Order: sequence, then structure tokens, then C-alpha cells
Amino acid sequence: MLEIKNLCVQLEEEDKKILRGVNLSLEAGKVHAIMGPNGSGKSTLSYVLSGKGGYEVTEGSAHLEGNDILEMEPEERAAAGLFLAFQYPVEIPGVGNMTFLRTAVNSQRKLRGEPEMSAGEFLKVVRAKAKDLKIDADMLKRPVNVGFSGGEKKRNEILQMAMLEPKMCILDETDSGLDVDAMKLVAQGVNALRDGKRTFLVITHYQRLLDHIKPDVVHIMAAGRIIKSGGPELALEVENNGYADLLEETA
Amino acid sequence: MAMDDVQVKDGVDAETVEAVKALSGAYKYGWNTEIEMEYAPKGLSEDIVRLISSKNDEPEWMLDWRLAAYRRWLELIEPDWAMVDYPKIDFQDQYYYARPKSMEEKPKSLDDVDPKLLETYKKLGIPLKEQALLAGVEAPEGERRVAVDAVFDSVSVGTTFQAELMKAGVIFCSISEAIREHPELVRKYLGTVVPVSDNYYATLNCAVFSDGSFVYIPPGVRCPMELSTYFRINAENTGQFERTLIIADKESYVSYLEGCTAPQRDIAQLHAAVVELIALDDAEIKYSTVQNWYPGDENGKGGIYNFVTKRADCRGDRSKVMWTQVETGSAVTWKYPSCVLRGNDSQGEFYSIAIANNMQQADTGTKMVHLGKNTKSRIVSKGISAGKAQNTYRGLVSMHPKAKNSRNFTQCDSLLIGDKCGAHTVPYIEVKNNSSRVEHEATTSKVDDDQLFYCRSRGMGEEDAVALVVNGFCKEVLQALPMEFAMEAQALVAISLEGSVG
Ligand SMILES: Nc1ncnc2c1ncn2[C@@H]1O[C@H](COP(=O)(O)OP(=O)(O)OP(=O)(O)O)[C@@H](O)[C@H]1O
Ligand SMILES: [Mg+2]
Repeated sequence: MLEIKNLCVQLEEEDKKILRGVNLSLEAGKVHAIMGPNGSGKSTLSYVLSGKGGYEVTEGSAHLEGNDILEMEPEERAAAGLFLAFQYPVEIPGVGNMTFLRTAVNSQRKLRGEPEMSAGEFLKVVRAKAKDLKIDADMLKRPVNVGFSGGEKKRNEILQMAMLEPKMCILDETDSGLDVDAMKLVAQGVNALRDGKRTFLVITHYQRLLDHIKPDVVHIMAAGRIIKSGGPELALEVENNGYADLLEETA
Repeated sequence: MAMDDVQVKDGVDAETVEAVKALSGAYKYGWNTEIEMEYAPKGLSEDIVRLISSKNDEPEWMLDWRLAAYRRWLELIEPDWAMVDYPKIDFQDQYYYARPKSMEEKPKSLDDVDPKLLETYKKLGIPLKEQALLAGVEAPEGERRVAVDAVFDSVSVGTTFQAELMKAGVIFCSISEAIREHPELVRKYLGTVVPVSDNYYATLNCAVFSDGSFVYIPPGVRCPMELSTYFRINAENTGQFERTLIIADKESYVSYLEGCTAPQRDIAQLHAAVVELIALDDAEIKYSTVQNWYPGDENGKGGIYNFVTKRADCRGDRSKVMWTQVETGSAVTWKYPSCVLRGNDSQGEFYSIAIANNMQQADTGTKMVHLGKNTKSRIVSKGISAGKAQNTYRGLVSMHPKAKNSRNFTQCDSLLIGDKCGAHTVPYIEVKNNSSRVEHEATTSKVDDDQLFYCRSRGMGEEDAVALVVNGFCKEVLQALPMEFAMEAQALVAISLEGSVG
């Protein structure tokens, strides 16, 4: 599904290297988790994949279903099926959440040459999905993320994901800031989208989330590289021992 | 233009983005109508003033009024306090009267109007046909009817639904017709809100105005439909000087819309209008403008110089006036729709979106002059600058000694797109009594890259993302517009910003 080869990234503005040769191969239908110390480059990886400005790719490649995504505009990547649940979702004053969602859904459909979703159908679908995530009608009407609590923002990201039905979902610390119940809701939301084909890259600091969303592979990222990959037990090891041993091992 | 309520309330929606796509290609109304015109000789003189008056078959008193204004104008000098910069206007190098030849004989009804003119309005999307409705059948939902007065260069070519409005006692006609048919009303109110000597452009307008709209709503009448005037400048080198006078008698209500467009031309053209509103006891007037004059090209060539004096007199107790404007066009805009709150408990509101892109310059705002007791005013201004444009909010809130217990609230927000444009806020506040309160809030922000990226990562194109964020910024004002205009205004916001990113 997603093939990342030797991805090297630095800041556009200053000569600071952040990613130093990331290699990842995500097969369709699998759940991969990335863990790693603060500042190791996890969010940067997710931003570069979704096309945020300010970063320069100096080496390497990223292909989604064989297509070079680094050459695409952010909206084209979205239409091709890439989705990022932001670590820090952005507020857009004055723009209703529902309006935003509908514009997003129809923009993607248009880019893909598909017919738009009618207002009636959209409303039906969004209400059902919002209900599963315990997002009430009021939150759908309010401006995008404005005044939402931390947990509400994260649930709203999952709602967007559920509406857009992407092929490749990247979740950047969607679990941080969630209470126990909200974490379960989010995990249920993600699991409901697992269909054997959809692929997930879950960035997290905690084993907790991985109890609910069982990963197939766990990667450890440090200083802009994947330093170790393994099964779910790797996450437990981190949970118990921290990163010190791992860092030493690979140093 | 019909749309359902829910979507408007939402501020901005998928249709906005739709509309933008459908209307891609910068200025949509830049085409010109090939039609045989009759011009007054170039330049300005007493003879020209007499000529305009005689073309309109005006009575003596009207000519005298114009001539007095003309003599007064000769003594005035052009103001230079606004934050706008444009080449000196040669008032002798333009035409002051241009009318389609076919309008020489006044058409008896809309059916007699030159098909070329009808075609022009059709192309602009302005309905000049009164939909034939069967007796007792309601208009389909969302298709509210709007009466239109269509002004083409110097003349009104027709006004729809006059007969039906007359049944309710509402007079809606061109100002030239009103001068002939309702002289008592015109003499009583014309020039009582904006005096002849008010300012340079207003005085010029008094001398040479050629047409415009007149509205009278009798006591206790709620005008049965929206009224609107659609101004089209077509002729080259011709100034348009229109005059609008709206009187809402006691306990009446009217909502009035104004739209304007012009062809794309290399040479700038002058538009100097005067609009006077009078609200008597318990009357309410809503006046909305979507100003979309040709803005000039991206290098600042051509476009309309829009120097307009708009003022409302809340003459009666508990009267209310609401100005809403979406200013997207014109090369230079100089415009301050104002309210004189004379009646006790009267209210004035001003909602404005001013967009300046490329080389456009906008200096706009309002004056709220509180004279009566317990008067209230509210100002919400949203200025958006892009390209190399300059956008100034200029406002005055004045509380006179007798305006006890009065209130004003002003919210003034500026949004910048890119780093070559400017936003300026110039609020003047005068409070001459100690029971009144004035609140002023102002913000300036930039369109946030993170917001744009967030939208794009969800599948929206860059310009759609800007349109969405900007429409969100303007939401409060868009909501103040009547439904008929809200859609158009949203689309316009998006179009005006085309090419402002990337
Ligand atoms: N735009 C930027 N300007 C300056 N430094 C940046 C920028 N973007 C990323 N960095 C730096 O790059 C490094 C990696 O940041 P990134 O946000 O990717 O880390 P992370 O692994 O997601 O960390 P966390 O676990 O805290 O979320 C950090 O040192 C960060 O300060
Ligand atoms: Mg991070």
C-alpha cells in the first residue's frame, strides 16, 4: 500500500535534517505502529507524506499503491486515499463542521471524477457516523474544532476519517489527551474501518491504544530513522523499559 | 439565486466552492453590450446640467436645484484625506449622460424595451420578466420574487412589479419618473439627508445625476417583496451618477438590494452615487449592496472609481436602518454608509465585507451619529486584503450631548493574504455625554498556512481552501444579507480572491 524508501527530509528554511533515511513498507490491510522519543521525527514523517509545506525531501521516495505521492499536491494525495489524523487539529472559525466535512467529501469525489454525495445522503451518513463516535448535533454545527476540547478534536478527526474512507490512514497521537472511554470510542472507530484492505500507520507513545487496536508490526523511530521493527511485543518492551536499551543497542 | 435557508445559515458550503469553479476566469461581467448610444457633449458645464434636466423632462424647481449644486461644486476642492491614490480626474474629459438610442421614446412597458437591453440583463442574471403567476398560487418555496429597477448607464430602462407594488401603496420607480409623477414627495425629502453641499462628489451628483431609484413605503405597510436596483455601466468614458431616495413612512418595512457591474475597460471610469434613506417612527429599512464594479486588471489598469455617499436618517422614534455591504469590485472605493440616529430609541447597523485584491484600494467604513436618547448602533466590518491591495476601515462613532444612554459596539477585523498588502483601521470616537457607552474591538490576522494545509489535506484545492477560510471569516456579515444575495456574495468572495495565493 505505502512504500517509503530512504526518505531524507530537512527544513526548507534552515539546514536542519529531521528524517535521515526512513524505510517502511506497509502492506494492504495491515496495522503498523510507530513509537519513539519526543522529537524523533514521527509527526514530520506524517506531514511530509501528506504534503505540508516547509520541508524539503533531499533523498528517497514514497509511493502509495505505486504512485509517487511526493510529486502530488496535498489535495491530490487526499483524493488518492491518504488521510492524516492530526496531532494538533486546526481550528477554522466561522466554518461549520458539517460544511467542512461535506466540502471535503465532495472535493475528493470531484478530484476522483466521482459524482457528488447529495445533501440528503450526506446528512444521513454523517449523523450515523457521528452517533457512533458520540459526537452530538451541536458539535457538527459548530465551527471546525473551535472551542472543542482536546478529546473532542481527536474524535472529530476520526469522524472525518470515517466520512472520507481513505485507503491509507495515518493517526498521529490520536490517543493523547483522551480519557479511557474516549480512547475506546476512537479505537472502535478505527477497528470498524478495518476491512482487510485499509491500511493504518498509528503513531503513539502508549501501549494502551495498542491494546485496543492490535498492530501487526511495531517500529521504533529515533533521531529520524527506524531503528527497530518487530511484533506487538516490541511495544510492551518500550512500555516497560523505555527507549534507553533500544537506543544503546543500535548506537 | 434561490437557495435554502439551512445552507445560508451554515455560512459557507460546498456550493460556494462549486460556484467558484463554475465561475472561474476572473471578472465575470466584463463583457460589453453593442448598442447604439446617444451622448451629451463631452465635459461639464451649466449647459450639460440643463441638458440632463431637459432629457428627463424635469420641472423648473429641479433644474434650479441642480444649477445651485453645480455652482456650489465649482467652489469645492476634491478631498484627499482618504487612504487612496489615483490619478487626477479630468472632469472635462468624460461624458455625463449616455442613453441607449432606443430609450429616446420611453417604453410603455417592459415588453417595449429594446431586446438588446433585455438580453443584457438576462446575461447578468437579473430577472426583468415578471413571472406570470396564476391567481392564488404561491411562488414556489425559495423562489421569492424581487422587483427590479434596471439602470443602464444614465437611464432606467424599466422597473418590474410596479403595478403589484402599487396595490400595496408602495411606489417603486426610477427617480426621474418620481420627479415627474411624485414631485411632492421628492421635494419634501430629496437632499434632506445628504445636503447639496455635503461633499465634493455628492455635490457633483446633485448637479448631474441622471437616474436612479425611488421608493416610498406608506405608513403601516410591509413591502410585499424585496426591491432592488441593478446598475450597469456600459458606455466608455462615461460617469454614472445615480441617485436613490428611499422613504419608509411610519411603521413600515422594506428590504432593498443594490447590485452593480461594468465592462472590463482599460480606462478608469467614475461612479459617484448618492443614496438617501429616511425612516420615520417605527419604520425599518434594510439596505444591502453587492458591489462588483470592474476592479481593473492586476496591474491596476482601468476599473471604476467608486465615490459614493450613502446616508440614512433615522428620523423617527424607534426607527431602524441596517446597511449591509459586500464590496468586492472597483479600482478605488470611497464609501461610508452612515446613520444619523435622530429619533429616540432608533437603531443603526452596519455590516461590511470589503475585499481588495491586486492593486485595488478600498477606504470604507461608516459613521454612526447618535443624536437621540437610547440610540443603539452596531458595526461589524471585515476587511480582506490580498495581492498589493490596501484596505482601510474608517469609522466615526459620535455620541451627542442629548444622546443619553446610547450604545455602540464596533467589531473591526482585518485579514491579510500574502505580505504585500495592507490593512488599516481608523476609528474616530467622540462621546459628549457620560451615560453612553462605546465599545471597540479590532483584530488583524493573516490567512493561516496551517488552516489552508488542514483543508487541503482533506481534499480541497488551494483556492477552495482560501475561499472556505475567508468565507468563515466573513460569516457574520454574510448572514446579515438577504437570502437572494447571500449565495452570490459567497461566490463573489471566492472569485475576488482568485490568484491571491500560490
Ligand atoms: N517547522 C519546524 N521548524 C523547526 N523545527 C522543526 C520543525 N518541524 C519539526 N522540527 C523539529 O524536528 C524534530 C522532529 O519533530 P516531530 O514533530 O516530527 O517529532 P515527533 O517525533 O512527532 O515528536 P513528539 O513525540 O513530541 O510529537 C524536532 O526536533 C522538532 O523541533
Ligand atoms: Mg509528534
